Amino acid sequence: MSLLLKNVSLPLAHFTLEADFAMQRRVTAVFGPSGAGKTSLLDLIAGLRTPRSAFIQLDNDVLTDTAKKFSVATHRRGIGYVPQDLALFPHLSLRQNLLYGRKSGGTNNSQFAFDHVIEVLEIQPLIARGVTELSGGEKQRVALARALLSSPRLLLLDEPLASLDAPLKAKIIPYLALVRDEFQIPMLCVTHDRYVALALADEIVVLMNGKVMQTGPVSEVFARPANAEVAKFVGVETLQPGTVTSVNEGLATVTVGNVTLTALAPPPASRDVFVCIRGEEVTLQRDAVTASSVRNHLSARILSLRPEGALVRVELDAGFPLFALVTRPACAELALREGENITALIKAPAIHLVPR
Amino acid sequence: MTSAEWQIVGFTVWVAALSTVAILPFGLALAWALARGNWPGKSLVETFVTLPLVMPPVATGLILLTAFGKHGLGGLFDFRIVFTWRAVLLALSVMSLPLLVRSARTAFEEVNPRLEQIARTLGAGGWRVFFTITVPLAARGIVGGMLLAFARALGEFGATIMVAGNIQGKTQTISLAIFEDVQIGDDAHAYHLLGVSVVLAFIAVWSSEFFLRRKKTT
Repeated sequence: MSLLLKNVSLPLAHFTLEADFAMQRRVTAVFGPSGAGKTSLLDLIAGLRTPRSAFIQLDNDVLTDTAKKFSVATHRRGIGYVPQDLALFPHLSLRQNLLYGRKSGGTNNSQFAFDHVIEVLEIQPLIARGVTELSGGEKQRVALARALLSSPRLLLLDEPLASLDAPLKAKIIPYLALVRDEFQIPMLCVTHDRYVALALADEIVVLMNGKVMQTGPVSEVFARPANAEVAKFVGVETLQPGTVTSVNEGLATVTVGNVTLTALAPPPASRDVFVCIRGEEVTLQRDAVTASSVRNHLSARILSLRPEGALVRVELDAGFPLFALVTRPACAELALREGENITALIKAPAIHLVPR
Repeated sequence: MTSAEWQIVGFTVWVAALSTVAILPFGLALAWALARGNWPGKSLVETFVTLPLVMPPVATGLILLTAFGKHGLGGLFDFRIVFTWRAVLLALSVMSLPLLVRSARTAFEEVNPRLEQIARTLGAGGWRVFFTITVPLAARGIVGGMLLAFARALGEFGATIMVAGNIQGKTQTISLAIFEDVQIGDDAHAYHLLGVSVVLAFIAVWSSEFFLRRKKTT
């Protein structure tokens, strides 16, 4: 599957959305702050908005080609869309909602058989209920199921977790991962939540103020932001694959390289994780620590020091690449120099584990 | 109530209902275009549709009389329009159209366009979206508007008398009959019909209130 966007230009209220990228992998996250034009981009792909110029191709089908004044109507694109507000039809029953996009006459892809979709998303217990009686997470699953039941070639998800609170988010991510794996359907997922991007996506497109700032595999974009703007938004300085070896009383022991860290336990059943540590959460200390509430004490070597405004970005080798952000006065006071050894302290709650 | 009075009531209700049904397709199309579209001349069309609501009804009637008379559009048809029941239908339709369009337009505007868009991504074409999403969600406003239009048609006087005359057993509606009864001093007849028209108007407006009342937002 491939989605190609070329010469996209769509004037919005404060800027013009411009995009030029190809999506090759199965799950691509369009990642950017609110108001970056992410939803407009999805609308464009679904054919719900008319761009000033665009060439959009899905596999071998051209969907939009403004140069030739060509555009496939939305209802013939075969693109499923789960919008941020989910848009369940309030006047229809839950079953009618689910079946709305069903094609009559057995042309449906057996992969999206009704019973199968219902089972995977655990809709059965909800089916007798009214659409307005569902909780946020349940609505999310119904909207997902409804989109899947129309046998789409591509699934667009707009901020799938935005309307949910934190505990529910943790419940919905596995469903999304399940949809990804079970239905083998390409997904384009818009999000401003880095954990969604990490948990679901193979590839990431960073969109800011209507411009694509960077595209690439998830770990690369997070580890090596193309510029300061992206780095600031992405926000995670250290991103390393790790393995959870044990979980005890809500605390996980996780191995990164040859180092063992203590972190808050990740969602259940995730062994392989991304270990995310923000630079400002890393404390540097000269002398060996005697007693401290901080769980993780790492001996590290300073590889480089890079001033960034009022801060200094310290690149460390702690058995794995680790970045710390410290203030300039702190850097001077500690007399940090490249090549020296230092102790890095990280509190357990400052280490975020994201399933990979 | 005499049989002549019942005939008048029956004719009035029938022709008012027919006019409401007749304006429905055009009225809904227009309301939808005004609610969703953004086209040149929109405000002009909007004004024209509302004119019969504020213009003197006899003036509207005169326009219709001129337009559909022998030397106007009426000359194009094999059948006569003016001074027949068809003229009553025409007058009632024109006079009640604004009420339907205004209610339906508001109702369409309140339908979240996102629902229509998502219906399209689910493979529904324009007509299917309109009839399965837009109209059901706007149903209360549409039905309320129809009842208001019907109520307006029941009581129409000025335009009707201009274009259809006041012909007993042919074009005479309740309003026209009351007017005539009072003119010739037959007050008993007038009061009978007055009672009927109060009851009919009350039922129509009261039920339209029920439909037009805002839905509780859940």
